[in-house]
Amino acid sequence: MSRERRPAATLHIDWTLCDGRGLCTELLPERLARDEWGYPLARDGSGGDVPLAASQLEAARDAVALCPRLALTLRKD
Amino acid sequence: MNEALWALGRGTGVVALLLLTVSVVLGIVTRSGRPLLGLPRFSVTLVHRNSSLLASVFLVIHIVSLFFDSYAQLRVVDFFVPFLGAAKPFWLGLGTLALDLMLAIIVTSLLRRWIGRRVFRVVHWFTYALWPVALAHSIGNGSDGTSVWFLALALASVVLVAVAVAWRVSANFIEFGNARKGETR
Repeated sequence: MSRERRPAATLHIDWTLCDGRGLCTELLPERLARDEWGYPLARDGSGGDVPLAASQLEAARDAVALCPRLALTLRKD
Repeated sequence: MNEALWALGRGTGVVALLLLTVSVVLGIVTRSGRPLLGLPRFSVTLVHRNSSLLASVFLVIHIVSLFFDSYAQLRVVDFFVPFLGAAKPFWLGLGTLALDLMLAIIVTSLLRRWIGRRVFRVVHWFTYALWPVALAHSIGNGSDGTSVWFLALALASVVLVAVAVAWRVSANFIEFGNARKGETR
């Protein structure tokens, strides 16, 4: 397995906190879409643990800091 | 020197109030989850935070410059305990009260991640008290408080905040609100 194939980190969405305010979907458009109620939807179908490439870490950190519901955590693998 | 401190104290007070108005309005509208005037959602939040930060900086300059101004007769106790002031104790006390509220809101905002969302939100609601108290302080205590240009600015600020609050309590405020209530059409 080559190292760059593995995700650099995982963005965990706590669904009990998420209110679909849309900040994370703006910051990580390659990773997150919105469902018909405005909640984030992982484009790869990964659900509440979204794998991130190294180039998306910066945007993910912003999303974690700016989420109005504190629903996001960044997990380094 | 006194003249300069006094001018600095007046000017920074007015700027702090206007920045606070911007922050309050953006803080209210960001709750809708909608972008605002072409600003993406995360930018609305960032401008909300940064205008509060800037307001705090101007507030510090406002207080420190008037502390060294002999006419205002401020003592250290007047920074934190309201209504004890030597000059215009009531109107000064409102400023002190606003500062106390502001400190509580700043501290809970910075510690949001550790104290949890509930405490953060309850304390943050006190902004609805802070802003009118600060406005009353600026009109009642300010050397320019009852001049036409300042009252015009104050009126514009009141209108802005009132419009934001009216939108906040209206039925269509929350983005996707209708879809979430099941009223898809």
